[in-house]
Amino acid sequence: MTWPGDALVTSPTAQKGQQRSAVITFENVTKIYARGARPALDGLSLEIPRGQFCFLVGASGSGKSTLLSVVLREERATSGKVYVLGQDITRMPSRRIPRFRRQIGAVFQDFRLLEGKNVFDNVAFAMQVIGRPRHAIMRSVPDVLKLVGLGGKEKRMPHELSGGEQQRVAIARAAVNRPRILLADEPTGNLDPRTSEGIMTVLERVNQTGTTVVMATHDVGLVDRGGHRVVELVEGRIVRDESSGYYGGDA
Amino acid sequence: MRIRFVLAEIFHGFRRNLTMISAVILVTFVSLSAVGAALMLQLQVDRLKGAWYDKVEVQVWLCPAEVQDEGNCAAGAVTADQQQAVEDRLNSSELAPYVDEVTVETKEEVYQSFQDRFSGSYLAEEVTQDSLGPVLHVKMSDPTNFEVVTDAVGTMPGVLETYDQSDLFEPLFDVLAKVRLAALAIALVLALAAILLITTTIRLSALSRQRETSIMKLVGASNIFIQLPFMLEGAVAALLGSALAVGALWGVTRFWLADWVQANFDLLMGQINPMDVFKVAPWLVLAAVVLAGFSSALTLRRFTKV
Repeated sequence: MTWPGDALVTSPTAQKGQQRSAVITFENVTKIYARGARPALDGLSLEIPRGQFCFLVGASGSGKSTLLSVVLREERATSGKVYVLGQDITRMPSRRIPRFRRQIGAVFQDFRLLEGKNVFDNVAFAMQVIGRPRHAIMRSVPDVLKLVGLGGKEKRMPHELSGGEQQRVAIARAAVNRPRILLADEPTGNLDPRTSEGIMTVLERVNQTGTTVVMATHDVGLVDRGGHRVVELVEGRIVRDESSGYYGGDA
Repeated sequence: MRIRFVLAEIFHGFRRNLTMISAVILVTFVSLSAVGAALMLQLQVDRLKGAWYDKVEVQVWLCPAEVQDEGNCAAGAVTADQQQAVEDRLNSSELAPYVDEVTVETKEEVYQSFQDRFSGSYLAEEVTQDSLGPVLHVKMSDPTNFEVVTDAVGTMPGVLETYDQSDLFEPLFDVLAKVRLAALAIALVLALAAILLITTTIRLSALSRQRETSIMKLVGASNIFIQLPFMLEGAVAALLGSALAVGALWGVTRFWLADWVQANFDLLMGQINPMDVFKVAPWLVLAAVVLAGFSSALTLRRFTKV
């Protein structure tokens, strides 16, 4: 399987030895939404290597969502450098942003499905809008639906699905274009613990296909299942960064 | 695939704001009808001016024997010298830029044509050769400059009066020009209304599809791809409006105006050609496209923000 964006590996950051495999690099990034307001991100530096599964934890308003929107270039950093997939996106002209976003998938707490389209069409939509050919859509959509555990539910409408299933559709849509990075902003925020487990399993499955996953969450249970990097934010600063940590730290 | 997808999205949008779209179609229809009517009126005026000015001439009536107290006829019938002087003046290099041709009708010819035209009426019996003088027919290169001729020869001895036929038509042209101006003014106001309506429609339909557009942006759809359905929606509505306008103009001229004019004003107005509509149609369609394009650009600039 080839991944879009593989050609970008030789990037400015990749030339610095220790950052060779980083797909996301923040260098002293500050984001201030309104003049005089407390910064949402405060001189934050962070590196996320290729293929990693990384949790972002912290209280509401600690800057997790801002960090994700800066990666997506929904928001532009006020100062500092942000490299994503080898490109300095703080200086990227807006006409190049759509093409840049095709390499990134995103999933949100509120699913953001199109109510008028069935499961298949919701996932296919992500391919149609970037002009993928019909045969590619017919091949990829069933594959990715199987990956998220929704095989056989192609014809269902979103309102006929449970919350967990809707989030699986959203993940399928985010993953169908084979993104290099998947950003998940509290994907289990609306779901019960057992369903959340299922979503987590699906995200880990996507991660195992080589996609870097960054997930902002409040879900203690999921984080404490262990095995993944945990970055904790407080008021826009990193206060803890453990390669295999827990929600509340060592304690 | 892409085209089918875009078409499906447009159809979707049409169904969703059917009332607004209908309003856009109707307003463009009415405003473009007004523009079209103004343009066709202009065509008709131009044609009439051309046709009439070909026939219009300035006539210089010279003194007959019987008249002594009018014009410059105190000395009675025009003498050969006086007539020659007037003719020379008309043919002078000074008047050459204005005068195409001068033809002389002798008083016998004038009498004869008078008899022909009014044969059977009492006028023909009353008139004698001595009550008519020779007439100089002056063909103008531009009939609107008739004053040059009347100023030049009007006061010469032996001239009874100068007579300008375009006097007849000027009031009519005045009326037509005013009607055209009114149509243009109405068209302008309606075009403004159309722009505002199209703008509102696009904004509404963009709002109602904000979810889709936000998802499109999320998965990296290009701006043009996001905006195209909205732009085409506006363009299709405006084009439908212009098609209705062309159809209405054609129908009105073909089935109503042409017959009516022929029955009532045949001599005055000449023929009205329903095919004129198709000289105007391309401009109407162009106006529709510009209208829609302008409104779309106005509204969608906000949506280019990623």
